[in-house]
Amino acid sequence: MLELIADNGILAAIVALLVLAASFGALLGFAGERFKVEGDPVVEKIDALLPQTQCGQCGYPGCRPYAEAISQGDEINKCPPGGETTIAALADLLGREVKPLDGEAQDVPKVAYIREDECIGCTKCIQACPVDAILGAARHMHTVIESECTGCDLCVDPCPVDCIDMLPRERSLDEWYWPLPDGPGHRPATVTPSLIATDRAPAVGQEAGHG
Amino acid sequence: MAKAFDFPGGIHPPQRKTLSTRTPLIQAALPTRVVLPMDQHIGTPAEPCVEVGQRVRTGERVALAQGLISADVHASITGTVTAIEERPVPHPSQGKRLCVVIEREPDGDDEWCLMPPLDWRQADDDTLLERLMHSGVVGLGGAGFPSQIKARVRELHAIDTLLVNAAECEPYITADDLTLRTYADDVLEGARLFARLCRAERILIGIEDNKPEAIDTLKQAIDNVVTRDTQSEPPFELKVIATRYPSGGEKQLIKRLLNREVPSHGLPADVGVLCHNPGTLRAALRAVRDGEPLISRIVTLTGEALDHPGNVEARLGTSMHELLTAAGLKEHELARLVMGGPMMGMALDSTALPLVKKSNCLIAATERELPAPPPEQPCIRCGACEQVCPASLLPQQLYWFSKSREHDKAELFNLFDCIECGACNYVCPSHIPLVQYYQAAKGEIRERRHEAHKAEHARHRFEFRQARLAREAAEKEAKRQARAQAASRVATRTAQPSREAAQGEDAAAAKEQVKQLRIAQAAAKAALRKAEKALARASEAGEADQDDLDDLELQVATAQENLRATEARLAAAQQAEQQGETRR
Repeated sequence: MLELIADNGILAAIVALLVLAASFGALLGFAGERFKVEGDPVVEKIDALLPQTQCGQCGYPGCRPYAEAISQGDEINKCPPGGETTIAALADLLGREVKPLDGEAQDVPKVAYIREDECIGCTKCIQACPVDAILGAARHMHTVIESECTGCDLCVDPCPVDCIDMLPRERSLDEWYWPLPDGPGHRPATVTPSLIATDRAPAVGQEAGHG
Repeated sequence: MAKAFDFPGGIHPPQRKTLSTRTPLIQAALPTRVVLPMDQHIGTPAEPCVEVGQRVRTGERVALAQGLISADVHASITGTVTAIEERPVPHPSQGKRLCVVIEREPDGDDEWCLMPPLDWRQADDDTLLERLMHSGVVGLGGAGFPSQIKARVRELHAIDTLLVNAAECEPYITADDLTLRTYADDVLEGARLFARLCRAERILIGIEDNKPEAIDTLKQAIDNVVTRDTQSEPPFELKVIATRYPSGGEKQLIKRLLNREVPSHGLPADVGVLCHNPGTLRAALRAVRDGEPLISRIVTLTGEALDHPGNVEARLGTSMHELLTAAGLKEHELARLVMGGPMMGMALDSTALPLVKKSNCLIAATERELPAPPPEQPCIRCGACEQVCPASLLPQQLYWFSKSREHDKAELFNLFDCIECGACNYVCPSHIPLVQYYQAAKGEIRERRHEAHKAEHARHRFEFRQARLAREAAEKEAKRQARAQAASRVATRTAQPSREAAQGEDAAAAKEQVKQLRIAQAAAKAALRKAEKALARASEAGEADQDDLDDLELQVATAQENLRATEARLAAAQQAEQQGETRR
């Protein structure tokens, strides 16, 4: 048998190929089982780019369902809280065209505020809040935990007495940072860092005086 | 003098220090009103612990530190708390902050409330650290980092050198110079206190050669210490370096004196060095030796709009206007008020602001002295900025990336290693406010990171809520099924046995369901274990901040809810299966 294979070149090649094919097939099959990925990794990546406000403005009940829909081929421009930046990031990830936002863009981050005198304690907003950011009990005044509120305004509609306002979120001094300068042709609006740079010309003559 | 090494780049701006070094250090008049902002340090603002109307004595604590990086605030005069409200504070955005306002009757005494004095040579480390924590000492060089955290550095890093940063390289500022001239002994003793806390083997003093008087005084003081104290451990070493901006930068000074390079995103502690400003050392020593919390600081009042520029030791919270007026402010000549140095400081739009722990210098400049900057011109790609960058970055590249908001590329070019020294601004022939571009880019990147973090947090909360709702629904369903089965049992007892085949099929389906639910239960258990392990790992490592730990706890709770939901479903299915078997 072995001699026959060794003598017959074509047979040797076929056997070798068969052995190779079988072993690689086994290897691939094992790897497929061993390194099996639970769930769709693309959905995770898309979900990570979405703003997680869980507002449902895209027509899906939360950000993850929308991420799943996008991976199935839905449009990437249905997320108003994310705005242009999210669309650009999604287009970048998925290699799709950037599209203008479908719907109205949110200009400033907002936060829900309950006018507490008017609240009747119906708990409807508590049930609507996707991130459990509203505190309260039946027939007791409710209030919004500002730091947890994502500004999705899902609580506004269910309120029977319209006592919830969406207010722009206040920025603390810690969140403040320098704005980008206006660019060439403009005087720097904030002058501090370049103060001394600008006085080089007049300062040259005065150097001796200053020591 | 030991061999000096060098850092790349650097510039030689006009010094203008003699303006404020001609007169000795004086004590400022006691103010009748102080405004104490809650955020005079880096980190979380403190929380007021006094009430309006309460009488406080000098040195009494008026606000408590919050969180890990924070510092207490103490009353700097004796008087009555008249308001706790938002007031304008020195901040580049000219914004407001919560402040405690204390007023004193014009002829009222200055009654002190001191902590008991400690001898740092005898006291143990914990006592000293606690004292530093309760005395509100922060870095007085301008950054305001709480000192007790720096003193704890030994817990994570081995320190061999305590570096006293007396370079004071920015033009105009002379506060450290005058501190050393006047209180050299205190500074040296403070250095020994910190050297003991961090177990440093030597104390290195780095000073620029434009402060000859301070150098002489220091030499004298070191000789005195050596002759007076036979056991003068650890040894002092004074290194005088040529004046060049920004050798007072922590990383630059370490490179220049020790030839060690602080790694990117790292701290001086990573290369075994702890850096302190002389003023901070003196404040820490006073807190320990005299029990006196940080309620005053030495500030340089300078600029050509002042008649008598000089250095004063003033109580924190004193109105800048009061200090400047006492130094002979010519208000009609004042064109610009700057807190800090002219390279890195911030312009203030009013003199009605309080002196804070971070204010090392106030420059009241005339129009001629610091004229308004000319309009920004396009970049001509001359590369001058790259030549002077002390951090070996590529300022021009960073400028393009910041301008076009290509943040990932800017980070790739080590934007966060920029120390914002302003050397590139200084040499730019097109007057581009480069540092402001970098600051804007850094701000945007930080904000984006913060947003991403918040989104992640919201997602965890949403998932937890979903899991909770699913669990509640599953439990409700299980109960409903149990009730239905109880009812059907009664019904089957009376009714005729129904078709056997259909029942067999039902049983098979129930078995299949139970099997699937068992798998789901195992998966849920594994997920719970994984979440718990992640939480345990993070809390053991001790590096994750509270928010991250909260998120991990939330994930554990979500996994628990999921497990309970599958268990409820499984129990219901098992019951149904048993029911089917008994019926057959």
